[in-house]
Amino acid sequence: MIDREQVLHVARLARLQLTDDEVERMAGELSSILGHIETISGLDLDGVEPTSHVVEVSNALRPDVPRPSLDREVALSQAPARTADGFLVPSPQA
Amino acid sequence: MSADVEYEPVIGLEIHVQLKTRTKMFCGCELSFGDPPNIHVCPVCLGLPGSLPVVNARAIHLGLMIGMAVGSELAPRSIFHRKNYFYPDLPKGYQISQFDLPLCLGGKLGDVRIHRVHLEEDAAKLTHVGESGRIHGSDSSIVDYNRGGTPLAEIVTEPDVRSAEQAREWLNMLRVTLRQLGVSDVNMEEGSLRCDANISIRPVGDTELHTKTELKNMNSFRYIERGIHAEVARQIEIVRSGGKVQGETLHFDPRTERITSLRSKEEAHDYRYFPEPDLVPITISAEMLDAARAEVPELPTARAERYASTLGLSDDAAKLLADRAELAAYFESVLEVDSVEPVAAANWVTELAARLDEGDPAGSKVEPRALASLIGLLSSKAINVGAARQVLDRLVAEGGDPLAIVEAEGLGAIGGGDELADAVAAAIAANPDVAEKIRDGNMKAIGPIIGHVMKATKGRADGGEVTRLVRQQLGL
Repeated sequence: MIDREQVLHVARLARLQLTDDEVERMAGELSSILGHIETISGLDLDGVEPTSHVVEVSNALRPDVPRPSLDREVALSQAPARTADGFLVPSPQA
Repeated sequence: MSADVEYEPVIGLEIHVQLKTRTKMFCGCELSFGDPPNIHVCPVCLGLPGSLPVVNARAIHLGLMIGMAVGSELAPRSIFHRKNYFYPDLPKGYQISQFDLPLCLGGKLGDVRIHRVHLEEDAAKLTHVGESGRIHGSDSSIVDYNRGGTPLAEIVTEPDVRSAEQAREWLNMLRVTLRQLGVSDVNMEEGSLRCDANISIRPVGDTELHTKTELKNMNSFRYIERGIHAEVARQIEIVRSGGKVQGETLHFDPRTERITSLRSKEEAHDYRYFPEPDLVPITISAEMLDAARAEVPELPTARAERYASTLGLSDDAAKLLADRAELAAYFESVLEVDSVEPVAAANWVTELAARLDEGDPAGSKVEPRALASLIGLLSSKAINVGAARQVLDRLVAEGGDPLAIVEAEGLGAIGGGDELADAVAAAIAANPDVAEKIRDGNMKAIGPIIGHVMKATKGRADGGEVTRLVRQQLGL
């Protein structure tokens, strides 16, 4: 159901590098997941609202009041690479 | 398609406005502009594992106000989605946005229909660095996450715009509307208003939509107009030379006027949206609607319409006042003074505004009462227009009462009395050749005589009255 090309496409969108064996395995695993979805698609669901959330809660809102931010040194301490005041990353255009 | 076919542009606009909240969309970090990098960041807006977003109630409120201002249908239930793509300005690997259940659907502003208005979070700011010091070929970038997570409203129009000029004018109308709503600073230089244009062309008369390109992130209205012009010209050239327009994302360089492709097509628009599991739905209550409605003021388009239809102002004068809330407010306070004629009031508020640069007349030394009194002096012919302008200059500089200024400066008009008649007689005597031309029926030659009278009366004479006296004295 899911072919090699589709697996590679999804892998690229997810920035995953797969070996040939893994591509093969993923094609099988993803196909079985989609098979499950197809089983659901076979049910008569007319008039059933799509479930976007499993809890019946809405409007969990926050007042627009500032809260303390992190100290910059703390924030930057988690970065693999940094400058004096910023996160250093490979250029997305390189 | 051949060379003699006329093409028309079909343009839809996508506008991002940063909402004027105190804190970010999903966390309590303060909004900022120009602060040192990475000081308004927290686990939520840095996308650290285990952190959870919580929606800013004020952002929903401002979103509803925008929807009301453009006449949208406000969704009773609305949810957020994850828009998945990788870019370093987006720390989570996805942007929290809205997809099939946006906050506001439909609407119209001016003659352009609104498709939808939805809420999302802004990306961080990337600065490209590298060996070469140039953007292309640079090998690393620095991320400042201060802006990341700023609440944005994305306003999407229907493809109703037919020219670059219309795009610029409509965007200006939108900007003025949003500014008066108070939902955003709408400052293009600071990036609180940003615009993308979806552009296609079609033979005039065709009703179908053809392949469109997306012109990204133009940061001034002038660039938008020029960018659209350049892209429309590019597409017409492609089609006329037998080619096909490719759907792609483009960048307009205002310096070189060149258009370049931004992203490869295969990766674009494969965002794998799915409902954001970390946020529960928004259900709009009657209280939320009431609160939003209470904050929506009379908007520029409605106000201009009212000035034109009920006060008799020209469309241009009405728009000029309505587009600036402070001018409109001042104009209305002048009208509140007894029996001021609206058209004259509009003219003189405009005269005043021109003397104040961008300043608010309410903060000037000219009281609305003083301007009304100046207009009264003029309409009763106690002073002429030139004198009125001099009085206004004095009012702007020093404030005070127009009548007192007129008396102190001797600016009062010379009426139909002997003084003016004598001045006219002297002017005719001094310009016998001009008098001769007038007698021969050439009234246009009267200039030197009026000039003479004005000089003799220090500009206090009424031009119409002088003309009348000249004709009378020449027996015409």
